[in-house]
Amino acid sequence: MGAERETIVPALNHGDGGTLAIRGIAWVTQHRGRQGGGWRNTGGWGALAICVALLVSVPIFVVFAYVFVPAGDVWRHLVDTVLVAYVVNTLWLVFGVGIGVFVIGVGTAWLVTMCRFPGRALLEWGLLLPLAVPAYAIAYTYGGLLEYSGPVQSALRGWFGWSRGDYWFPEIRSVGGAAVVLAFVLYPYVYMLARAAFLEQSVCVIEIGRTLGRSPWRSFTSIALPLARPAIVTGISLALMETLSDFGAVQHLGVATFTTGIFRTWFGLGDQAAAAQLAAILLAFVFLLIVGERLTRGRAQFHHTSRRYRALPRYSLHGGWAALAFLACLSPIILGFLLPGGQLLAWVVETGSGSSGGRLWWNAANSLMLAGGASAIAVAVALLLAYGVRLNPNPVTKSATRVAGLGYAVPGSVIAVGILIPLAWFDNTLDGWLRASFGVSSGLLLSGSVAALMFAYVVRFLAVSLNTVDASLAKVTPNMDGVARTLGMGPAATVARVHAPIIAPSLMTAALLVFVDVMKELPATMILRPFDFNTLAVYAFELASDEQLREAAAPALTIVVAGLIPVALLSFAISRARPGRTQAAVRP
Amino acid sequence: MTVNAAVPGLLFAGVSHRYDREPVLRGLDLEIAPGEITCLLGPSGCGKSTSLRVAAGLEPIQEGRVEIADVEVARPGFSVPPERRRVGLMFQDYALFPHLRVVDNVAFGVREGDKAAKRRAATELLARLGVERYAKDFPHVLSGGEQQRVALARALAPRPVVMLLDEPFSGLDRRLRDRVRTDTLEVLRELSVATLLVTHDSEEAMLMADRIALMRDGVIVQSGTAAELYSRPESAFAASFFGEVNVIEGTAQSGVVATPMGTMAAPYEDGCQVRVFIRPEGLNLDAGPGGQAISAEAEIIESHMLGPICLVRLKVAGNFEPLTARVNEGGLWKTGKRVRIRLDPERSFVFPASQEM
Repeated sequence: MGAERETIVPALNHGDGGTLAIRGIAWVTQHRGRQGGGWRNTGGWGALAICVALLVSVPIFVVFAYVFVPAGDVWRHLVDTVLVAYVVNTLWLVFGVGIGVFVIGVGTAWLVTMCRFPGRALLEWGLLLPLAVPAYAIAYTYGGLLEYSGPVQSALRGWFGWSRGDYWFPEIRSVGGAAVVLAFVLYPYVYMLARAAFLEQSVCVIEIGRTLGRSPWRSFTSIALPLARPAIVTGISLALMETLSDFGAVQHLGVATFTTGIFRTWFGLGDQAAAAQLAAILLAFVFLLIVGERLTRGRAQFHHTSRRYRALPRYSLHGGWAALAFLACLSPIILGFLLPGGQLLAWVVETGSGSSGGRLWWNAANSLMLAGGASAIAVAVALLLAYGVRLNPNPVTKSATRVAGLGYAVPGSVIAVGILIPLAWFDNTLDGWLRASFGVSSGLLLSGSVAALMFAYVVRFLAVSLNTVDASLAKVTPNMDGVARTLGMGPAATVARVHAPIIAPSLMTAALLVFVDVMKELPATMILRPFDFNTLAVYAFELASDEQLREAAAPALTIVVAGLIPVALLSFAISRARPGRTQAAVRP
Repeated sequence: MTVNAAVPGLLFAGVSHRYDREPVLRGLDLEIAPGEITCLLGPSGCGKSTSLRVAAGLEPIQEGRVEIADVEVARPGFSVPPERRRVGLMFQDYALFPHLRVVDNVAFGVREGDKAAKRRAATELLARLGVERYAKDFPHVLSGGEQQRVALARALAPRPVVMLLDEPFSGLDRRLRDRVRTDTLEVLRELSVATLLVTHDSEEAMLMADRIALMRDGVIVQSGTAAELYSRPESAFAASFFGEVNVIEGTAQSGVVATPMGTMAAPYEDGCQVRVFIRPEGLNLDAGPGGQAISAEAEIIESHMLGPICLVRLKVAGNFEPLTARVNEGGLWKTGKRVRIRLDPERSFVFPASQEM
């Protein structure tokens, strides 16, 4: 099915969520023939691709190397005081979010794919919307809404005449609160993959189940659900990866986890080694997650035994059941998108644009500059790597690409630490050498520079562009190269007249996806940004930390609006890429 | 370019090719005259597609040489790039450019004239192949058969000297395949290009080819007309790959091998284990009692009327696998009937059992 993949979300509708582009572990799974289509002398590309892959994986190796560095005093202090809390909180968070996204994601996916009720088509699309809301933005809104002085509790007190201590109210600033708000923005990963898996199952298989004596419900639980299991597991682990790397939400809700710990150790205690060791443990959690996902999926990569597809025979729901299904699908949209988005909008309206207009624009300009630059670089690098594999399809280039894409599984704070340590070392060494030799100081050349920040973004989001570019390049089959060459085109003309027009739209998509991810990025930016340099995400975070939630709404809402772009792309891709349809349409 | 009939359109002389040290072609010799259609036939992995890629200039060669219209295009360390070879190439998946309309796909390789002239030339070819009404469509809306015609038109548009077709009909369903095959054949003959067609389907090779080159493990094991290959196979492989056969084990004795259905010449040492390959139409059935010729008694265990002929499965007395026979007069051979069978030496072949099938 490789060649049939759609541009935006390769394999989204094909169940093997390992290649999910929007959020994913970059397993480059395209199987290529050994034939390169008559290209010669291409070793240089391959070497270049390997160099880039190595460069991009430096931060991960740096952090990993700190596992072997002997512990210092600060580390011992951490172990004595907070480390257990970090581990316990992280585990609770992972557990809570895992349950939450499973229930919401699979439940809604089942309802919209297997049942028919009024509003189904709209909900099917709308359930993706929470994807546009960064975790920190939902944390700001719920934090503001549900805290003691927030409108909800104030209203309750007003209505019932209660005062503090008279009533119990769930504490939003807790592990549980964080898990709930995270689940409401992260469930779409599970929803997307589970929905795709349910959809792509050939109805024939389910119908065979029914002829073998299973009721509709039993066919679903004994055939459809087990078949969808690999996709669901992948969806959950993607959501959990986001949970592990989240910084803004847990920091705002006062939950001490590894990401907040790294930050505190780095800036508060000023101990790089200890921060890196925390990062290494976090990295270990991530790898555990990846391994867990692989093991749980196990050999359960189901292949379709039937190539026939038909529209799913949905069960019609009526009356109360239809209303219930409608509500069940509507509530995640309300809680994960409409309510936080609406609250942000209300705050923006409330404060007007006068108060922070100037700074908002400056920060927006910074965000645009960083996102534009990083997305251009990420796409260029992805092109380089994809062509490296295409021209030299050998195990070395393939694994180099795989390593280069690993950054997506690694939390931003870990990447930032992995970049800052070698850069600081370089700056200090250079500075020391210049002072000793020439008596001049170079100061900090690379650390805290925009270049370092761009590098971090490319490391973190390369997988997004790589998967998209890779999938689009796979649409240009080696046979097309062969045909173009025999029709009189040299290699350059083949690239210009066949490759470029086919992959150009996907390059735009890839750039756009990276762009939005960079706009949303918070922890790496916080750690690596130059002095007094803010982005929208950092600006919103700083205001929210100062309890200026209303002022934080404008930058946060801007990010949510930008986040709607990939959601739109995604729903477009989903509506186009249905299994069972013939070859993907590539219209200019 | 005027084509001289004495000069082969495509010539392979002792061509060897390796992928990562694994030899795929081992000294391939092949010659195709202009206007001739040669089928390269063989099981998958025998190197037939690689020969095609070598001819197109998509793979280099390590030994031998390749000539197109009397011009050397490849030798070890030298290869004319595909775009300067004047070859047309067509793949099983057609590889139509998805971003170009049908007419622009075909015009892609036309070299002479301005854009309008190129499109005119393309439209003419599309009309010749009966798909001009799709000129403005994108390839994905076309059916398999239509895509095949467009791919053929595209490959023919630059007026190639050599046409290379890689399993060009295997993507089509059976009924469509026959039509498309006939049309393709007609156009290829009309334009008098040297055609190399790769297939694993012996029936297709027999239908299409002036000459068939049977290939195995990177070498051509036998080449000739369909009739030659079918009725005079030179090896056990050729006998069994080219059409159905019944196989009976035996031992050579005084230059013959004896079977219950008759004896066959077996010019091998006494005691040599041999196999007798009998085509289904090489078994003659006799309803009456045996005459003077050696024949074996058998029972019909299955009988299928296939229009003018009848396919019969027979159980011969003794320790033999059931045999398949293809006979006329379908009405005569009912299941359960006892008959005498006799083999036709013209349609049976003997090879040593040591030869691989």
